Amino acid sequence: MAKNLTTVVSSKTQTVEINRNNPTVIIGERINPTGRKLMLKALQNGDFDMVRTDALSQVAAGAKILDVNAGVPGADEIALMKQVLSTVMEAVDVPLCIDTADTDALAVALELYEGKALINSVNGEERSLETVLPLAKEHGAALIALCMDDDGIPATADERLAVAGKIIERAGKRGIPIEDIVIDPLALTMGADHTAGFVVMEAIQKIVAEFGVNITMGASNISFGMPERKHINSTFIAMAIHAGMTCPITNPLVAQVGIAVLAADLAMGRDEYGMKWIKAYRARQKEEGK
Amino acid sequence: MSDILAELSTAVIEGNVDDMADLTEDALDEDFSAQDILDKGLMPGMDHVGVEFKAGNMFVPEVLRSARAMHNSMDLIRPLLAESGASMTGKMIIGTVKGDLHDIGKNLVGMMCEGAGFEVEDIGKNIEPEAFVEAVKKYEPNIIGMSALLTTTMRSMEHTIKALEEAGLRDKVKVIIGGAPVTQTFSDQIGADGYASNAASAAELAKSFVN
Repeated sequence: MAKNLTTVVSSKTQTVEINRNNPTVIIGERINPTGRKLMLKALQNGDFDMVRTDALSQVAAGAKILDVNAGVPGADEIALMKQVLSTVMEAVDVPLCIDTADTDALAVALELYEGKALINSVNGEERSLETVLPLAKEHGAALIALCMDDDGIPATADERLAVAGKIIERAGKRGIPIEDIVIDPLALTMGADHTAGFVVMEAIQKIVAEFGVNITMGASNISFGMPERKHINSTFIAMAIHAGMTCPITNPLVAQVGIAVLAADLAMGRDEYGMKWIKAYRARQKEEGK
Repeated sequence: MSDILAELSTAVIEGNVDDMADLTEDALDEDFSAQDILDKGLMPGMDHVGVEFKAGNMFVPEVLRSARAMHNSMDLIRPLLAESGASMTGKMIIGTVKGDLHDIGKNLVGMMCEGAGFEVEDIGKNIEPEAFVEAVKKYEPNIIGMSALLTTTMRSMEHTIKALEEAGLRDKVKVIIGGAPVTQTFSDQIGADGYASNAASAAELAKSFVN
């Protein structure tokens, strides 16, 4: 069993330590125009109010890191990423996760960012390893590594473990420490394959046992195509925390998700005297009293 | 409407994967043609599934099961259909565009279009514009359907349309597109022939181009 590692990310003023002894770190997913037609439209019109509002509301709802994606079709992603990133850095103090498939936009964002960023993401494809790892090293950033490679997303937990191992090794050769790598074992949609959830739980357990690294997942799409998605998402997130996930990328504004994370942390012995649970309860009471 | 064809429809709707082969054999024994089984048994079943899915009364896993059920019957009647030179609704190729590995929506569209009587060639995911062009040459479809889930990959749809123009094939096929970030406005902008927001609508849209 590998030792539990701590991943540190920071903004200019705040440091977040991710590990299995601390409460779960929610990475807020909302600053992303993919599948969000209103935000897409706002960004196309150069309107950043929604970005600002989403940054503030996610942090208020308990997100400790925010994901920032500025992928708008037909737009200049470098320019847009700069504007979105600046807007978020002005609005909130939390560390940020820079989410782009465009290496040039990533380089510019890392240049602009103040602190130790989290990059979203590198994967096991040669092209990705060769372009993203040098940028992570240059800027001393931590990075999310997706368990997929030139052959796509492997079907089994063992194959995903192997891809995780390959990325960790290649990063190590470039001088990136293993604790700066956060593995995403890739939660696929259970609506299309009912074993997808089970496979990813198994992958988390194997990767944690082997490497002790931190684990993230996009934990909202697993329920695509199903009714009552929020119940699936919140149960899944609690189970994944037990399996070893430490920093899910999700929407903290969905009340059930935040509650599931708090309950899971309490059940995992990471909420001393249950204070976080009780505090959240009082905040909800106050909100309902309004 | 015969009982056995109605039973086939119901079995498709309920996703009775295991019963389809027997029901299909029974229908053939009762001297129904493969075309009857397709037109009056399987297609009305999938049509119902499409309507219920669109209305939010049926869910993705159920659609997948219904499609599997239909396939189990199609495997038996396909050779007979080919033999008799039966008429399909039309021919379609579908694929997820370059750089994009999301295929659930694309697969659903394929199933719904098969359910509407199309012969569907699914050429896969991460498909380059040139590969779409090659597939059009090879299969000579009436329609090509492209899917993208990412704002960063949807531009590839435009590149495919350009590639079709350059190959002199644009007026030979109708191009329909879909996926989470795709809109009617985007479809108009890039010169596609149509956009559908869900798999059932995609099948209706496809039918509107061949009828």
